[in-house]
Amino acid sequence: MSTVADVMPGTTPRWLRPVLTYAIAAIALVIYPLIVPDFWAFQIGAQSLFLGVIALSLMFLGGYGGMVSLAQMTIAGVAGYLVAIIGGNSLNFGPAWPWWAAVPIAIAGGTLAATLVGVIAVRTAGIYTIMITIAIAMAFFYLAQQNYTLFNGHSGFASILPPHVFGIDWRTPIAFYFLSLLVAVLSYALVLYLSRSTFGIALQGIRDNARRMRALGFNVTAHRVAAYAMAGFIASFGGVLLVWFNSRISPGTVDTGPIFDILVIAVLGGMRRPIGPFVGAVIFVLLENFAIDFIDRERFNTLIGLCFLAIVLFSPDGVLGLWDRLTVLIDRAGAANRMLQRPIGNADRTQPAATGRPIPGRR
Amino acid sequence: MRRNLLGGVMVLAVAAGVLFAADARAQDSLKIGVLATFEGPFAILGEDSLRGATMAFKEHNMMAGGKKLEIITGSSDATPEAAIKAARKLVEQDKVDILIGPLSGDEGIAMRDYAKTQPQVTFINGTSAAEPTTLVDPAPNFFRFTSNGVQWMAGLGSYVYETKGYKKVVTIGEDYSYPYTQVKGFMIEFCKAGGHVVDKFWTPLGTKDYSSVVASIPDDIDAIYVALGGADAINFLTQYQQAGGTKPLIGGSITVDQSVLSSKGKRRDYLIGTPSAGPLADNWDDPKWKAFVAAYKQSDAKAFNSPTLFSHGYYIEATAMIQALDAVNGDLSDGHKKFRDALSTEVVDTPTGKVHLDHNRNAIASEFLTEIAAGEDGNLYNKVIKVIPDVNATLGVPEDEYKKTGQPSRDAPACP
Amino acid sequence: MKLFVLTFLNGLTLAGLYFLVASGFTLVFGLMRNVNLAHGSLYLLGAYIGFEVGDRTGSWFLAVVAGFLSGAIFGVLLQILVFRRMEGQELRQTMVTIGISIVAADLMLAIWTGETYQFEPPDWLYGGTPLPFVKIYPTIRIMVLVVSVVVGVALWLFLTRTRIGMMIRAGVDDRGMLSASGVNVQRVFATTFAVGAGLAGFAGVVGGSALSISPGEDTRYLLASLIVVIVGGMGSVPGAAIGALMIGLAEQFGLAYSPTYSVVYTFLIMVAVLAIRPQGIMGRA
Repeated sequence: MSTVADVMPGTTPRWLRPVLTYAIAAIALVIYPLIVPDFWAFQIGAQSLFLGVIALSLMFLGGYGGMVSLAQMTIAGVAGYLVAIIGGNSLNFGPAWPWWAAVPIAIAGGTLAATLVGVIAVRTAGIYTIMITIAIAMAFFYLAQQNYTLFNGHSGFASILPPHVFGIDWRTPIAFYFLSLLVAVLSYALVLYLSRSTFGIALQGIRDNARRMRALGFNVTAHRVAAYAMAGFIASFGGVLLVWFNSRISPGTVDTGPIFDILVIAVLGGMRRPIGPFVGAVIFVLLENFAIDFIDRERFNTLIGLCFLAIVLFSPDGVLGLWDRLTVLIDRAGAANRMLQRPIGNADRTQPAATGRPIPGRR
Repeated sequence: MRRNLLGGVMVLAVAAGVLFAADARAQDSLKIGVLATFEGPFAILGEDSLRGATMAFKEHNMMAGGKKLEIITGSSDATPEAAIKAARKLVEQDKVDILIGPLSGDEGIAMRDYAKTQPQVTFINGTSAAEPTTLVDPAPNFFRFTSNGVQWMAGLGSYVYETKGYKKVVTIGEDYSYPYTQVKGFMIEFCKAGGHVVDKFWTPLGTKDYSSVVASIPDDIDAIYVALGGADAINFLTQYQQAGGTKPLIGGSITVDQSVLSSKGKRRDYLIGTPSAGPLADNWDDPKWKAFVAAYKQSDAKAFNSPTLFSHGYYIEATAMIQALDAVNGDLSDGHKKFRDALSTEVVDTPTGKVHLDHNRNAIASEFLTEIAAGEDGNLYNKVIKVIPDVNATLGVPEDEYKKTGQPSRDAPACP
Repeated sequence: MKLFVLTFLNGLTLAGLYFLVASGFTLVFGLMRNVNLAHGSLYLLGAYIGFEVGDRTGSWFLAVVAGFLSGAIFGVLLQILVFRRMEGQELRQTMVTIGISIVAADLMLAIWTGETYQFEPPDWLYGGTPLPFVKIYPTIRIMVLVVSVVVGVALWLFLTRTRIGMMIRAGVDDRGMLSASGVNVQRVFATTFAVGAGLAGFAGVVGGSALSISPGEDTRYLLASLIVVIVGGMGSVPGAAIGALMIGLAEQFGLAYSPTYSVVYTFLIMVAVLAIRPQGIMGRA
């Protein structure tokens, strides 16, 4: 991150630069809900954050693991349904346990479901994974829609509200925003940490050449299934927030539309860095809410589909890829300028690396 | 430096966007949100709803209570989540004063819950017709001037038992709140008269293949009550005929809608004589209704041959709103209190008779008992058998006794 | 007993329809390693265009032909304009098909709205045929079964007895070798996509005549194709037939005897196959 270095070249110690960038970002994110209207904090801000969390799980699995799983929204849905069934709903179905019992069960359930998906899908690779995870996701949708004993079919469950904890009602826009922000920050940190950890490096090795890793003695299957479980763990948190946001859940939450939406968000933002899904989520949520003011709302899907196609065809690394290219151009222009001003002989170190893989630890 | 500049410009642009998005409103205008399903397979019904509402607005020159009406539309795809998201945008971002909508049953129940969190806005129903929306835990700021699915079935159960002689039937409907409500409405009278509903078939919304249902229909019944709508109704009816089914049918309110009747081919002739009931009848011989139909056909080149219950419903809701606004001279300053009192007490003159509200703010309106007949041009239409005025939400039964039957669901009520 | 036989027949005819749709999908996947997730959209588009042609000309047969042709044309266009530029990038190709399916579904909704369309098959196809055990069975479903068997045989003959069929089979086995032996691989790809997409469009008209057409059919038949191909094996037409049979029967029996869990049976079959033989029953490792 050389933003701060640009401002104060040569005077800032290297260790301080990322800290300053994080600090500025943190202040902006914390002040945001306090200065904007509630709608912007709740429907735009919080929604971007937890959708970003679910898309982050897809990015983790796809970017670092090479397994693009379209079942992430399904996992989020499993966690959401568990919160609805166990945590109390308008039909008084289920035990109605308090949140500190229901939420951990939901997270555990989601992670377990993700592990199962992993076990099913792990013996295939690449595009087969997409096929199988789509099939699993759609099967879950039909199950939730047809089944009444557990899922209450088409109507789903309503009145699933976040709890009152420490005297705060977590349903109020600002409180919910901060809850989502906390979850998003923790997930982001987790993914960053994992990407630099032994597990993460091994996962990326498996992505690049599974056979070689196997020859080196790594248990490829176990690593992959663990990756699915990790991604499921993250997606489950997103699912709990999702069901609290809507205060209801139904098969429509895990239908093909939302399933593809998560993929669109991840690809839109860029699957190379963990900040990508959040960028994608912001763009998606803004378009979803404001497209009606500019174009015929009926054609929102066409708009988002075309954006998705444009990104895949022209900038496969998503918006972040575009940003990278743009900054390279600017840097080149700036570097050319500085070259003219500096004495000859100074090398230019402002070019970012241009590899095709997520860079471990790169934000 | 440049990268910083670029980043800063982008942030400023977004901030400017946020600020501009905050609205500016003139003192003498009212913001009305109209929410319907403009996306997905029900988009055509949503369009018709907007047609009906716009007819009402234009009849009053886009004015009510001396103030100009500013209409903002919100779009849903018939799922409650999308409806609430759109409602949230209309209420919290666009800051509407009054919201008219939604269109479909499950959305209405979700809207009732949302209304409770937004006491500063008055919510008026669109055409959502599930019973729990106003009967169970109603919201004090949610008003429904259209009747619900149970009311729509007034008169049908007793008619088929006594006049048609059907004693044993099965029902088939989609698996969500509105068909549950319709079946309940039918069964209340039918079971009381002594009829038996031997089996109930519930299919997921959008089912294409009814072959297993058709195969499971027992042979020893007198008729089949079909509460399916739109594409599902067309599919089931076609497949039932193709499989050689010959039992007479009883129609739910939207099963015998024009969209089903006017699809081509001889295959619809078996529908002649099918009884049904609902909030309107295509060929009612009433001058006000005929004037409404004529105005509807002229309102838009893409209008159907006859108003659907969607344009009819939204027209009534919008008219009721305007009438109440006129009564209080557009004054919403006291947290809508005078306006809501006007809504609760007014009597609205609609093309299908007079409408006023009960204590749960649900409509008491006229219902039509109909039978399908063939017109001179060979087209099918709903002939009026009887008009039943002033049907209330409990079909005349005292409310505590009525509530003992519980909310409509797959299994309740039952009279096997 | 009657319910059992009826359900069996329903499963058989549904399997026929699934085979029609899935065979095209598996051909494209097997040869070009392209998961065409817009396959369902081709089904629906073929159905709509077939409907328009049938409506205007009054001939159901022309509608069928139009369905096949429209699928084939769009298939070839997709191959030439889009996929040829992304040779070797399977993931990217798949993403593109997802984007296309999203846009196509929405545009079709815009043009043909949410109404249900029903074909007008000739009168002799309408109504029922007397059959033993069950008194009467819809003729049009029997027609679907007969057509799928005929198409299956025709496809088999095409693949095994013609030159280009031989090239396709060779390409499924080893694409590099095919190219090395001097065959114009791009032409083979285009032909395969034409046949595969054409089959989808054809199935759209046939399936739409037995059941109607409306938005949402594209995802339904896409899912069916996916599961059939996963179970039956990628790139294998006999595999598609076996998979379609298993899935069609499982679905109908599930719907008839335990409607709230029917999708679980289909799902369990898929999981079982993946556990025992991940490449599918007739797939190549």
